[in-house]
Amino acid sequence: MELSAKAFKYGDDINTDYIISGKYKFKSADMEAMAHHAMEELDPHYYDKVKPNGGFLVAGKNFGMGSSREQAPLVLIHSNTKAVLAKSFARIFYRNAINTGLPVVECDTDLIDDGDDLVVDLEAGVVRNLTKGTEIPFPPLPPVMAQLLSDGGLVEHFKKYGGFNL
Amino acid sequence: MIPLPGKTIAEKIFSNHSGTDARAGDIVVADVDFVMGQDGTTPLAIRALANMGVTEVFDPEKVAVVMDHSSPSPLEGVSALHTMMREFGKQTGCTVYDVGEGVCHQLIPEKGHVVPGDLMVGCDSHTCTYGALNVFSTGVGSTDGAAAMASGKLWFKVPDTMKVTYEGALQPGVFSKDLILYLAGQIGVDGATYEAIEFHGPVIDELSVEARMTISNMAIEVGAKAGLMKADAKTLQWFEGRGEKTPNPQDPDPDAAYARELTIDASAIGPQVAKPHAVDNVSPIEEVEGTPIAEGVLGTCTNGRLEDLAIAASILKGRRVHPDVRFIVAPASRQILLDAIAAGYIQTLVEAGAALVTPGCGPCVGTHNGVPSDGENVISTANRNFKGRMGNSNAFIYLGSPATVAASVIEARITDPRKYFAG
Ligand code: SF4
Repeated sequence: MELSAKAFKYGDDINTDYIISGKYKFKSADMEAMAHHAMEELDPHYYDKVKPNGGFLVAGKNFGMGSSREQAPLVLIHSNTKAVLAKSFARIFYRNAINTGLPVVECDTDLIDDGDDLVVDLEAGVVRNLTKGTEIPFPPLPPVMAQLLSDGGLVEHFKKYGGFNL
Repeated sequence: MIPLPGKTIAEKIFSNHSGTDARAGDIVVADVDFVMGQDGTTPLAIRALANMGVTEVFDPEKVAVVMDHSSPSPLEGVSALHTMMREFGKQTGCTVYDVGEGVCHQLIPEKGHVVPGDLMVGCDSHTCTYGALNVFSTGVGSTDGAAAMASGKLWFKVPDTMKVTYEGALQPGVFSKDLILYLAGQIGVDGATYEAIEFHGPVIDELSVEARMTISNMAIEVGAKAGLMKADAKTLQWFEGRGEKTPNPQDPDPDAAYARELTIDASAIGPQVAKPHAVDNVSPIEEVEGTPIAEGVLGTCTNGRLEDLAIAASILKGRRVHPDVRFIVAPASRQILLDAIAAGYIQTLVEAGAALVTPGCGPCVGTHNGVPSDGENVISTANRNFKGRMGNSNAFIYLGSPATVAASVIEARITDPRKYFAG
């Protein structure tokens, strides 16, 4: 799967309260409406910037630390975030992203600046930075996770097989 | 052939539940003994189950949903979600803990739903709390929770384990909360990402089961998947009379292979405070003493247990909460509230000026029960102080032990509690 979009870059240790504040998680179960608040604590205009043409959320280490709220990957998906690229991820966010069908890429994000045009090839395990003319390799996903992502997440996997088939 | 090393607690529990010789790094599909969801996450799990076309849970005895985060409901939207959970309970036969029963992480062990040696998942990041009871318990998202509710199984990567040993003995006025805050300050919020932690040493052995739960509760705050301890005589005694299930304690092998080992001299640790806006932004209390505070919180799944209320009551007995401070107390469960009433702690705390709220999460996650105002400082016994955590991103949250919070609400500034424990 090849994805292309612009990079929107943020820092280290971005927690789930920044991705979607806990105060919104009870307001609604409508992810499309909640997506307007995605990343609001760090960037009030995230949704407006990313929604029209899609984007990659690029971050430093330990992206998604904190709560288990699945609203975090879901609001990113609904704000048209194509994938999250970070140096490392917090494990619950990582699982939730795979399970909800949001691609996550662990790579050296120091080589990406805000606004760079990127192409991410998930199978080949490479990020092509078109702006800089560079390539950033990353280790491909373990087979279990690649299968879930290619099935479109855990719900689709269950629908297809009636249970775990890993 | 070189013999394989012994196993960690995590490797043993995953071996028992997957029918494989599970080793760190393996990906296994394992049977889970229990699945829990709370009111912020269960609605999405219910929707995921519906999307999967599933109408039943794998075993109603092994599933519970808890209304604790925003409970009693402060908003119409929440009321609708609570209704959805009650209907899910009727439809599937799973256990429903309604408004006022308490925080999920107190209820699941208190009601005997898990015992030592179990593997369980909860749709809440602090599900790691029961690691103190020798349960491999970990937080998952709603879709994982739904898959586990539907099938009784889930995929896991068997984690590496970091061994943390607390040597020495605690000084008077220093508590298990200070031990885990100190560790967070040392290794950072991603210090144990993807790993399990095993907590060992004479200091852990000395702690009550309740105090141990405070430590495991915060394993996630350093990124860990679980915070495990051995089950000793105290643990087994704690489970007596809590249910039918038979504990199956799993000790690590003496030659278990650990990814890392860290030894901490607990004798050298004083009260610790995590400053805004990160749990690893930790200082010895001396460095923050005198910081003014407008609100104190005693409660949450970290420190809302009977012992915590007892410590606060012992400090506040015959004293008054400062008039410039709101002191909010949220017992972790109905049973704890009843026990605290019987022991006189509630009388003491309320007489001192505390505002008592419904057993549950209280103001922890900012949906109700004490949202701070702009620019205010809060001292809380909770586990997280992220910006905006309590519902206002212009407030500042400090974390400390129940003793530190009780001492601080008397003076309206962060106060070293050791003066109440001297002599
Ligand atoms: S008390 Fe706080 S940390 Fe614990 S489960 Fe409730 S909201 Fe989460």
